[in-house]
Amino acid sequence: MAAVAARHIRKQFGDVFAVNDISLSVNDGEFLVLLGPSGCGKTTFLRILAGLESQTSGDILIGGENVNEVPPRARGIAMVFQSYGLYPHLSVFNNIAFPLKTQNTPRDELRRKVDWAMRLLSIDHLSSRRPRQLSGGERQRVALARALVREPTVFLLDEPLSNLDAKLRTSARSELKQFQQTVRTSTVYVTHDQVEAMGMGDRIAVIDHGQLRQIGTPTEIYDQPADEFVATFLGTPPMNLVEREGGSLGFRPEHFLPREMLNGSALAEMPFRIDRMEYLGSERILYGEIEGRPSKRIVTAKLPAHAASDQLRAGDRHAFAVRCSELHYFDREGRRTREGAVQ
Amino acid sequence: MTTMARRIAGTGSFYSAVVLLVLFAAFPFYWMLITTFKQDGDLYNLQSIPYWFNESPTMEHIDYLFTDTLFLRWLGNSALIGVCVVAITLVVSLPAGYSLARMPGRAAENLGIGIFLTYLVPPTLLFLPLSRVISLLGLQDSLWSLVLVYPTFTIPFCTWLLMGFFKSVPREIDEAAIVDGCTMVGAFVKTILPLSLPAILTVIIFAFTLTMQEFVYALTFISSSDQKPITLGVATDLVRGDVYYWGELMGAALISSIPVAIAYNLFLDRFISGITGGAVKG
Amino acid sequence: MTAIAEGTRPVPRRSRFVLDRPEFMGPLFIAPAILYVVLLVALPFFLAIYYSVSAYTIFNPSYHFVGLKNLKEVLESDIFRHTLGNTFFFTIVSQIFGLLLGKVGAMLLIQDFPGRGIARALVVLPWAVPVSLAVLAWKWMFDSLYSVINWTLMAVGLMDPMNPAQWLGTTDLAMTAVITVHAWRLFPFGVVIFLAGLTSVPKDVLDAATIDGAGFWRRNYVIIMPIILPIITIALIFGTVFTFTDLSVVYLLTNGGPVNSTQVLGSLGFQVGVLSGDVSHGAVICLFLFPFLLLATIILLKVLRRREI
Repeated sequence: MAAVAARHIRKQFGDVFAVNDISLSVNDGEFLVLLGPSGCGKTTFLRILAGLESQTSGDILIGGENVNEVPPRARGIAMVFQSYGLYPHLSVFNNIAFPLKTQNTPRDELRRKVDWAMRLLSIDHLSSRRPRQLSGGERQRVALARALVREPTVFLLDEPLSNLDAKLRTSARSELKQFQQTVRTSTVYVTHDQVEAMGMGDRIAVIDHGQLRQIGTPTEIYDQPADEFVATFLGTPPMNLVEREGGSLGFRPEHFLPREMLNGSALAEMPFRIDRMEYLGSERILYGEIEGRPSKRIVTAKLPAHAASDQLRAGDRHAFAVRCSELHYFDREGRRTREGAVQ
Repeated sequence: MTTMARRIAGTGSFYSAVVLLVLFAAFPFYWMLITTFKQDGDLYNLQSIPYWFNESPTMEHIDYLFTDTLFLRWLGNSALIGVCVVAITLVVSLPAGYSLARMPGRAAENLGIGIFLTYLVPPTLLFLPLSRVISLLGLQDSLWSLVLVYPTFTIPFCTWLLMGFFKSVPREIDEAAIVDGCTMVGAFVKTILPLSLPAILTVIIFAFTLTMQEFVYALTFISSSDQKPITLGVATDLVRGDVYYWGELMGAALISSIPVAIAYNLFLDRFISGITGGAVKG
Repeated sequence: MTAIAEGTRPVPRRSRFVLDRPEFMGPLFIAPAILYVVLLVALPFFLAIYYSVSAYTIFNPSYHFVGLKNLKEVLESDIFRHTLGNTFFFTIVSQIFGLLLGKVGAMLLIQDFPGRGIARALVVLPWAVPVSLAVLAWKWMFDSLYSVINWTLMAVGLMDPMNPAQWLGTTDLAMTAVITVHAWRLFPFGVVIFLAGLTSVPKDVLDAATIDGAGFWRRNYVIIMPIILPIITIALIFGTVFTFTDLSVVYLLTNGGPVNSTQVLGSLGFQVGVLSGDVSHGAVICLFLFPFLLLATIILLKVLRRREI
């Protein structure tokens, strides 16, 4: 059964649709990531799920029940905010106990649940601290504990890692994922960071300009992007797109290799003029142009650092190729078309 | 001139300037103080130096004030009016400031500025029609008329002050409370209010001092001595005919000024940032 | 999780959900404030306008419409024209003195010296204490017989002991007295506003200007003044409005006298409208404040708006 389902959600601000007809559902225990550039409407959509904004049209179902008219407090959700929204005047214990107090939970049950949540997130030693005395990572855990004690149908997380520094973010990411796997609560997670999305999501929903572009597992999203936007939004560097008759042709930089590195048949060969190279330690990025195939952006190739390093120089023209199975075809509207279509 | 001499001269003129400034500002209060405790014979004597006691200080003016005038009653009236006005101001301004701080868009901002601007509408413009409204309500010559009217200037100012404060509280905090099971009122009462205690204290002090300073409405609405607030009572009732009892007058002015002066000094910075609304940062 | 989960929350009744709607609660929260302002500020204001075109007096409370007759009568009165001039004169002169003293005071008090805290507290006093009580102290200092000011001037030989000044009894001196009290009351406000402005000027900007070779006056007028101009404008507007509309200083100090020489709009309106009971003419006089207030409001709005952007 779907924990959360959204049906044809639209949200209009003035003349603009911040959310334009998004339908999706979150399965029980699933970790769903909403991924998109900033301003794409993903946070608005999350806030509509939470009930903090009301949709212009469409239905939200939580646990099978239509909650359009139900305020946030009665939706059975818990939310972790970007800067956590901890109550500065309350201790860690009372922050976590807050949602239970609003439900008039008996005192010993409240104690038991808060202690359990604090132990689960290993913050029991911080119980009497105030939020401002905590580090970013600790704050995040308090916010999670506070979300947890409500025993919600679904967790809603709005870029909870964006306030952490880069180093902490990596460890917080795996902690968060592990935590979700322990409690098995359905989770909707908003981020603009594709690494977070790929690493944590059971499924990813890619959103752009208020529209759902594709929803699927990380593999599906990466290997079979539904359109040019998804294809170029994920991956660093993004997928190359070159013109072809009736649309465009896409291939990932890591599949675009010197001809001699690929064996076997069914190759698409392309003459690559290298303008510039970047050495990144574990890999090398080549920037250039494919002769005879105009592209809106610079074409890139990603090679293992020391592969064919003597033959390739900036300014050179070299025969590159892609396996036909790794070519993606898009029509004039940018939508994916049948694979292996005649070139 | 040597550098040393120039520096001494510079310091000297700097301190003289400070002393002159402080004298100009504070001399009337010193004059209140000394007058209060001088004997009448000392007060009304052109021969002796007036800046200091030429006869021994006396408590007779203060005694007279407390025993033979309605001074205590006026103090009580002012306190009662102040407390009621503060209560009304808080009840009205807290939700209004919160609503303005959280309402989206240009409309809320305009509304906020609109309310603040009514602080500029002076009593002088309104005392005539308001006295008519007061008598329609049967409140003429009663201190309750002031309780009703004073919030017209405390509410705009305090709403503006609170709006600024609430805007500095992250929205996530009320939203977290709403998701955590509170109604909007619950979120406001349980999370925003406890966070706003310093702002609320400021509002209490300012509503109270603004009330203590008012004179025009009191003068217009109230003529019975026992209903007067302190400012009006002292200014009008301590004068018999044309005779001014300066000892008593100055004593009364001094006693009623002290608490207001202290409160003002303590909360001055908040008041300034309230009025200027962060104009400098822009 | 499952070990601790028990039962489902009872969903509250839907009828209560109206209290959760921001579009309902927002206006509800602000309604009392607006209601208060409308009922006790806007409505009386329109009532004042109505009085000004009717023949209403407290002896004959009729709302008989007389049009602009009251206005014409008021405009034709010498006392009124003199009063209007006084009001502008008092306001402008005391603003100038108040601001100048405020600026000087702020530049003194921004220096760090022992006793600065006390000096600031004392300087703020005139503005903090209730004006009606402070005016009483001045009235006593301006006393016709026992004026401490006169005593001092005589002691240093600046005044003839046979002919002491009648501060509140002669036209020119009474005006000086009123202006002095207004400027005295106003300048602490100027001091604190200038102080707030000066301390908000970023230090690095000043340092940069000094390195660029800007001297004291240049720093003052090219760097500091433009930065603190908005704050000064707001202070000026508040100061002007409070002085322009004040009636308590004149009422208590001179009561408009001698022979109306220090009368201002506020005090004249009070005399005509309350003491003489001629409400409609009093209303006309007081309403003359309005165009001026409107102008102040527009300027203030401009400053406040620029702040938002």
